[in-house]
Amino acid sequence: MNDVFFIVIMSMLVLAGVIAAIRFVKGPTAADRVVAMDNISVIIIATLVFVAYFFQRYIYIDVSLVYAVLGFIGILTIARYLEGGI
Amino acid sequence: MENVSKISRLVYTWVVLFALWMAFTTSLALDEVLVGLAISFVVAAMTFSYFTQIGLKAFSPKKIMYQIQYLIIFIVALVKANFHVAKIVLTPSLPINPGIVEFETKLNSDIAKMILANSITLTPGTFTVDVIENRFYVHWLEVETEDSEKVYKAIAESFEKILLKIYE
Amino acid sequence: METILNYLGYFFVSIGAVFLVLGAFGILRMPDFYTRIQAGTKSSTLGAMSFIFGVGLLEPAWFIKTLVIVVFIAISNPISSHALARGAYKSHHQPYLKDGVDAYKEVENQKEVKL
Repeated sequence: MNDVFFIVIMSMLVLAGVIAAIRFVKGPTAADRVVAMDNISVIIIATLVFVAYFFQRYIYIDVSLVYAVLGFIGILTIARYLEGGI
Repeated sequence: MENVSKISRLVYTWVVLFALWMAFTTSLALDEVLVGLAISFVVAAMTFSYFTQIGLKAFSPKKIMYQIQYLIIFIVALVKANFHVAKIVLTPSLPINPGIVEFETKLNSDIAKMILANSITLTPGTFTVDVIENRFYVHWLEVETEDSEKVYKAIAESFEKILLKIYE
Repeated sequence: METILNYLGYFFVSIGAVFLVLGAFGILRMPDFYTRIQAGTKSSTLGAMSFIFGVGLLEPAWFIKTLVIVVFIAISNPISSHALARGAYKSHHQPYLKDGVDAYKEVENQKEVKL
């Protein structure tokens, strides 16, 4: 049960990541690419938490939290750049 | 709203930050708790003027009831919003009619406006683009009306009623 | 008790994964930047929240830590996408309008006159 569940969920996450990556490659402007990148980073946070659960590694939870904070700051910086503030 | 003492605001910030510290460390060892108390006090002393305007009043039973009610309304709206977006995305013809509309809010405190803007972003079909003074500019997937009164009724009224009770 | 929590956890994780896929799909399908960010923010926020909450139910010892991540995503995701939308508007991204209105345009035009 557990193995099958892991494989199904992981393949759904990979599918979501690939679909967002298509927009990242296609996106006509920089802002579209940033949206896709934001979405991918949320998917990566979810993946890290799930991997932490499956392999019983508590440290990955902390890694995902730090990744969430850094991703948030990164997006804010890019938004500020688009606005012309830097 | 202005007559809340600095002590009350400081203590409120301290309590919230210390709760956050406990959630991060998840241990009850004495030295960690002491360090947490000290650090959260220093951070609270530096940031309480931005963090809260109503202070310890937020813990009064009535306001806690309103906060729980707000949370429930918000989660229901969030789930509805997702099914709404899912329906649009999965329809082959993409039935959208986007536009940016504006409305005025009665809220004065900055934190309340921030919470309202975040809630609007996560509810069906709407998305806050900018907030200037007390005017909200909202991107709407299916524009029904341009009149700012009607827009206010459709988008913000259910949230704002409760926020007014919590923050004013 | 254990099994009920487990099934609830599986349920929330599956719902979250479905919404993450739908959010990515929305980003791919929508016609312009603003509609893309709408679809992306809503679905990925609820998807990630429910996914991580589900993992917290599967592993009750981690529940508080996962709750912190859920709350952080719920607060930070709307803020970052709002900042992004405003930045994009100020760098002259025109929204796609079928026959809708653009009330924000006047504000931007006034600013340019003032400068």
